[in-house]
Amino acid sequence: MRDKKKTLYFFVYITLGVMCVFILRLWQLQILKGDYYREKSIKNRVRVIRLPAPRGIIYDRKGNALVKNTPYFIASLIPELSEQVDIKGLSQLLGLSEEEIQDRINKHDKHSLEPIRLKEGITFQEVSHIEARRSDFPGLIVETDITRTYPYKETASHLIGYLSHPVGNRTNMETKGFSQGTFIGQWGVEHLYDGKLRGQPGKKYIEVDALGRQLRTLQILKPVKGEDIRLSIDLDTQIAAEKAFQRRSGALLALDPNSGDILAMVSLPSFDPNIFIKGITERQWKRLLRNPGHPLLNRVFQSQYPPGSVFKIITAIAALQEGIITKNFKVNCTGEIQVGSWRFRCWKKGGHGVVNLRRAIVESCDVYFYEVGRMLGIDRIAKYAYAFGLGKPTGIKLVSEKKGLIPTTQWKLEKKGRPWYLGETFNASIGQGYVTVTPAQAAVLISALANGGKVFRPKLTLSEAPEIMSRLPLKKESIRFMNNALLGVVQDPKGTGWRARSDMVRIAGKTGTAQVISISDDVGTARKYPKDHAWFVAFAPVEKPSIALSVFVEHGGHGGESAAPIARTVIETYLRGNTNEDKGTEVIN
Amino acid sequence: MKIKELKSLIEIKHIDWLTFSAPIVLTVMGILTIYSATRPVFDTSHPSFYLRQTIWLVAGVCAMIITSLFDYRRLLKYSYPIYVAGIILLIVTIIFGHKGMGAQRWLRIGPLSFQPSELFKIILIITLSKYLSTIRTPISYWQTLFSFTVFAVIPFVILYSQPDLGTALMLLIIMVVMLICKGIEKKLILYTTILLLIVLPLTGKLIWNGLKDYQKNRLVAFIDPGVDPTGIGYQIEQSKVTIGSGKTLGKGYLKGTQGPLRFLPEKHTDFIFAVFAEEWGFVGSFFLLSIYILLIIRGFETAYYSKDIFGTLLAIGISVMFLLYVSINIGMTMGLMPVVGVPLPFFSYGGTALLSNFIAVGLLISIRKHRFSLFY
Repeated sequence: MRDKKKTLYFFVYITLGVMCVFILRLWQLQILKGDYYREKSIKNRVRVIRLPAPRGIIYDRKGNALVKNTPYFIASLIPELSEQVDIKGLSQLLGLSEEEIQDRINKHDKHSLEPIRLKEGITFQEVSHIEARRSDFPGLIVETDITRTYPYKETASHLIGYLSHPVGNRTNMETKGFSQGTFIGQWGVEHLYDGKLRGQPGKKYIEVDALGRQLRTLQILKPVKGEDIRLSIDLDTQIAAEKAFQRRSGALLALDPNSGDILAMVSLPSFDPNIFIKGITERQWKRLLRNPGHPLLNRVFQSQYPPGSVFKIITAIAALQEGIITKNFKVNCTGEIQVGSWRFRCWKKGGHGVVNLRRAIVESCDVYFYEVGRMLGIDRIAKYAYAFGLGKPTGIKLVSEKKGLIPTTQWKLEKKGRPWYLGETFNASIGQGYVTVTPAQAAVLISALANGGKVFRPKLTLSEAPEIMSRLPLKKESIRFMNNALLGVVQDPKGTGWRARSDMVRIAGKTGTAQVISISDDVGTARKYPKDHAWFVAFAPVEKPSIALSVFVEHGGHGGESAAPIARTVIETYLRGNTNEDKGTEVIN
Repeated sequence: MKIKELKSLIEIKHIDWLTFSAPIVLTVMGILTIYSATRPVFDTSHPSFYLRQTIWLVAGVCAMIITSLFDYRRLLKYSYPIYVAGIILLIVTIIFGHKGMGAQRWLRIGPLSFQPSELFKIILIITLSKYLSTIRTPISYWQTLFSFTVFAVIPFVILYSQPDLGTALMLLIIMVVMLICKGIEKKLILYTTILLLIVLPLTGKLIWNGLKDYQKNRLVAFIDPGVDPTGIGYQIEQSKVTIGSGKTLGKGYLKGTQGPLRFLPEKHTDFIFAVFAEEWGFVGSFFLLSIYILLIIRGFETAYYSKDIFGTLLAIGISVMFLLYVSINIGMTMGLMPVVGVPLPFFSYGGTALLSNFIAVGLLISIRKHRFSLFY
């Protein structure tokens, strides 16, 4: 035996040394990195499940739901378990290629706790397949979200819009507080009121064990449903309006002249918003973009055309108001008017003969307005056009709208570098040439006449307060006279708008034709001589207007032919559905 | 005989109460931790591990008292037959033993499962102490070779084929330490070291190929946890998470989550320290380690006080055994050592180990008590 004391000390030192190392290590693990490991142990057992918030429902003015909330399932993978997963089996289960799955796993942000989305929008059947084989694929989960379906498909799709996953810039999305998978309103009302409609998603904290079995719910933050929105449109009227176009392209905006409520908004051709939900395919997207009818264009606010004879309303009112003419002023229409070497024709060959202002409006005599326009000059016409809201945005926030164009002498000098010609005044007086308006502006114009001079900002919901953009600087008399003339357009035997005549209600209106000068098309095709665009603006009932609208039919020929019957259908449908309501208000008044 | 035994009883005042109570305290803490670690997460019944361990505790304490009253020197007479019996028991285990967790380590006697290799640790230490106490210092080459063959190669081969590499390595280390304590020639230590340095790299590949897959994985995972061939790295990482998440004061008793939710493997056996550290924090772990320090250092002190060389070697062997098991187990759970399936003495679930550890402590008490016996 060696020195016993030395041996004792040797072992004591060894023991103490080892224990010192252990205590240092404990100190490192539990005190220095304690918070880190505590968090890890919580992450181990606590899984956060996002509870989607039901989105607010969009209703029409009568309470018909225009959208439906539907469950949406996503097959996803928990990131921490993604490395051990059997990709081959998964590809068979989900019907995806192995490369696709691997690609999705690789593209997933390593620091993100969000599950890796493998397949979106899976069916109930697929969900039950996955649930049945859950134990074979630890980490495979079915996420639930809520999405929309649009039961009326193409109907009012430009107004309602659609929901889809945001595409593009990730960091941009995150600063807005959305995770990659959130559905966001991308268009129309869904986009405009997205913040209101979306609600607040909830969270569910559950405890899981190492096998991924859910043990208990620790905490639930309930989702808050988004606010419902009651639109001002009337579904029946909207459907009737779209049907009345009979598959032609065009636009229609019907307003309540007393508030600016949009009662119907049609832009054709339209699109089915349901295709955006599952993520639109590239082919579908290209087809939409290449469609010659431009279905994604909102023609009501985003296309501008010469207003044609509709503009005569402006010219006439300007002349009356400026005292250039009285309603008895007469012009002999011979069918044309000559200025130097230029001839300006009336649409009616042979002319109207001697016409007064009312007849000129009712029969839409061009020559009469050439004369009036000559006396007025373009700048005075423009002044009144502006007053009616032309040449500037209507103030809708739904889309970025076109302003249209009301030319002035100054505008021409600045833009074209040339002085204004008299011939151009002639063209402008009857709504041709440089003058362009959007269908929305035309509707606001006729609505202002119908309500006695208030230019309302068109509004989408019932809850918004009506907003008057401006008041027409007109004598009551001029308005009364004009409305009577517009009634004549529909009611008089020779009125150009006779096709809008209704047994049910007295309608006032004005036809218009936007000349199509040329169309850039291959020579020799069928569209070599395209038809003009048709306009019709109207309001009813004349006695107490409750609807005012503009109708625009692309290549619809003369306004009276194709646009007027549409206006009649829409007015009749709307009034039929709302007579009770009207009676009620009458009693109160 | 009777007078002698009476004398032993009188000597109760010489019983070392520290060595006596430390393992009981440890075992009680261990049972409480086993209870917590095996808590069911669903409303199923609580596994009876804690109850069985309690029964083993009673048996262990009885064994400890009997052993401590017994004069350890009487073992000198019977140690060789006991050793032969132990070897036979190990061989029997390989032939008739019952399998569990990929190894054949258990013998079934009625309802009891019995792990002979745990008992064999004590037998080997006793027999080696006896052999070393009968020879002169420094040990000759032949005696060294003999010791190696009988006390290392034979048990090593048997244990290795169970396979119980952990125990086999432990015994090898204990034996070498005891040989050195007894005193082998310095030259021999030098030569062996040089030989090992030359031979190990050459036979390294052979040894590597001889390892089972899970053993290779453990080594690889320890050296580079990032590789993680079959989740061993996950085990170590989860063990660290379990310990670390306890922070200073712990999550509180029965509040630990890592064990019951199965994030931590082997929660009531090899990794039980982690469960304890999670619930009791740095403070509790420090306390636990202190008890082990007291027990082990007291053991070495007992070796110092022993008046005969057999007692000294026996006490050293037992204390080294405790030190090795505690450091390898706790080192493993804290990620300081590769994963070797070694239980924490008195703490891990396991009846045979508990029983033999209590017997070992009983021997320590007996040795300490008899330090004065020369004066009687």
